[in-house]
Amino acid sequence: MSHAEDHEGTRRDFLYYVAGGAGVVTAGAAVWPLINQMNPSADVQALSSIRTDVSGVEPGTQLTVKWLGKPVFIRHRTGAEIAEAQKQDEEAVGDLPDPLARNFNLNADAPATDANRVMPSPEGEAPGAWIVQMGVCTHLGCVPLGDAGDFGGWFCPCHGSHYDLAGRIRKGPAPENLPVPPAEWVDSTTIKLG
Amino acid sequence: MSGIPHDHYEPKTGGEKWLNSRLPIVGLIYDTIMIPTPKNLNWWWIWGIVLAFCLALQIVTGIVLVMHYTPHVDLAFASVEHIMRNVNGGYMLRYLHQNGASLFFVAVYIHIFRGLYYGSYKAPREITWIIGMLIYLMMMGTAFMGYVLPWGQMSFWGATVITGLFGAIPFVGEAIQTWLLGGPAVDNATLNRFFSLHYLLPFVIAALVIVHIWAFHTTGNNNPTGVEVRRGSKAEAEKDTLPFWPYFVIKDLFALAVILVVFWAIVGFMPNYLGHPDNYIEANPLVTPAHIVPEWYFLPFYAILRAFTGEVWVVQFASFITGGIIDAKFFGVLAMFGAILAMALAPWLDTSNVRSGQYRPMFKWWFYLLIIDFFALMWLGAMPAEEPYATFSLIASAYWFAYFFVILPVLGVIEKPLPQPETIEDDFNAHYGKADAEATPAE
Repeated sequence: MSHAEDHEGTRRDFLYYVAGGAGVVTAGAAVWPLINQMNPSADVQALSSIRTDVSGVEPGTQLTVKWLGKPVFIRHRTGAEIAEAQKQDEEAVGDLPDPLARNFNLNADAPATDANRVMPSPEGEAPGAWIVQMGVCTHLGCVPLGDAGDFGGWFCPCHGSHYDLAGRIRKGPAPENLPVPPAEWVDSTTIKLG
Repeated sequence: MSGIPHDHYEPKTGGEKWLNSRLPIVGLIYDTIMIPTPKNLNWWWIWGIVLAFCLALQIVTGIVLVMHYTPHVDLAFASVEHIMRNVNGGYMLRYLHQNGASLFFVAVYIHIFRGLYYGSYKAPREITWIIGMLIYLMMMGTAFMGYVLPWGQMSFWGATVITGLFGAIPFVGEAIQTWLLGGPAVDNATLNRFFSLHYLLPFVIAALVIVHIWAFHTTGNNNPTGVEVRRGSKAEAEKDTLPFWPYFVIKDLFALAVILVVFWAIVGFMPNYLGHPDNYIEANPLVTPAHIVPEWYFLPFYAILRAFTGEVWVVQFASFITGGIIDAKFFGVLAMFGAILAMALAPWLDTSNVRSGQYRPMFKWWFYLLIIDFFALMWLGAMPAEEPYATFSLIASAYWFAYFFVILPVLGVIEKPLPQPETIEDDFNAHYGKADAEATPAE
């Protein structure tokens, strides 16, 4: 199509580029829906925020709910656990494998103190009574077991990661603390995730 | 099509001539199955037919399994149990399909290592080799997605771990992972698309197989000596070759029959030997199996993936010079795909001008070590990610890369090859004796 001796651009060259450009745009427009259909559908996206009734979660028990296809641990701590968590906070400070809170609701550089990991308590409950976190081990994505491990928190059976009562990694191969998802109280017995 | 001179199809009757002038399909088939084939091919050359058989077996059993399978998270596991318990002969069809994948990979690994030993990847067969590597990659993708379909625990968690690899890509990883899965985690959307692609890819493989055969029919087969067929005249070529039909077809079918005896014994008597019991538990996103292991054919590359942890200096160095963009997880992913890429690059990494490993005294030993390395990696991939396996994995992975990027280039320079036979005919006569009576076909 191009002519070595003709650099001025003829009508034919113009039509050639216009037709070629239109072809590329058409092909792109045809391909995009084929790619985009693989992105999360509306019903999947609709589940990105759920409300959970936690009125039945007694102190000392844990509720596991599925959010975004992954387990979320909602733990109601007893008074003894809160005290133990504060003790762990003092002994662990400055000696954590992951010093960041990993709490979506706080700034990314918030330190991993117990206070930065727990939910704000609803009225009438002691501070630190509720802790909500993803039940996905930060090592290779296994689901840790509750009430287990050397620190009384969670223990991942796959490769032996121990998390403490605040869900912070203390021992084992996992690199990060269990992430805290976006969570807030809608009323005194309902937590909204996402 | 072929560069080796041989007889071509001549339409004789009126009907044949009529068809041939409109669609020369009979001539195409004739030329394909009558292709002159080096007469010294040994038993390592039978695996191509086994592979063709496996592809056909998987497509045929797959199509009938789909008649009873339901790709939905609530029904998939039950529909597979339905196949196993209710469908007439369903358990046998499923066991054939499940173990057929293993036979497919046994065959492809032997076929690949055959090529690596006899230098089948070298000029002028690079395109055949590259197409073969593409087929191998597609086989892995197909097998991986097929394993997800029964929706057992290992299906679900295997899919979670492997699609997580894409999440390791810097910046865009998470978006790609979500796009691949159709959601934030492995779920119904994932199962549906994997089913669609698992059905599609075997036909893409079939098309690539045709291109693979087209390419080596153009260059001619390699053979154990690596010496090319003489092409000066038809008479000369015929001293080095025999037509594929009937000589090699019968030989290959005999080998296939022997292999199928073993295959049927496994399918009939120990069909779950190569599987994992965990996959007979329905997928549960809230409970992880204690030990996630891929199928045996992925283990060598899985071992390479896991070998490069944050403590390895190469990983720390890569992380440092890229400003942390390449972390340990992404490095592992790059290493795994790099291990396959290394094989694909063999035609350009091997500097020796001797094709066959038979005449390369030093190469041989490094090659045998590569075979041992492959099995070592396979064993290590099934072991837990702890010492001493972690160190062994690192050493074995290092050898894999060293073989392709250091040993192959260097050997070509420092090795003194043994004398090669002048012609394939000489090699053949040296093995089977020069008997003129025998050389004449007994028809």
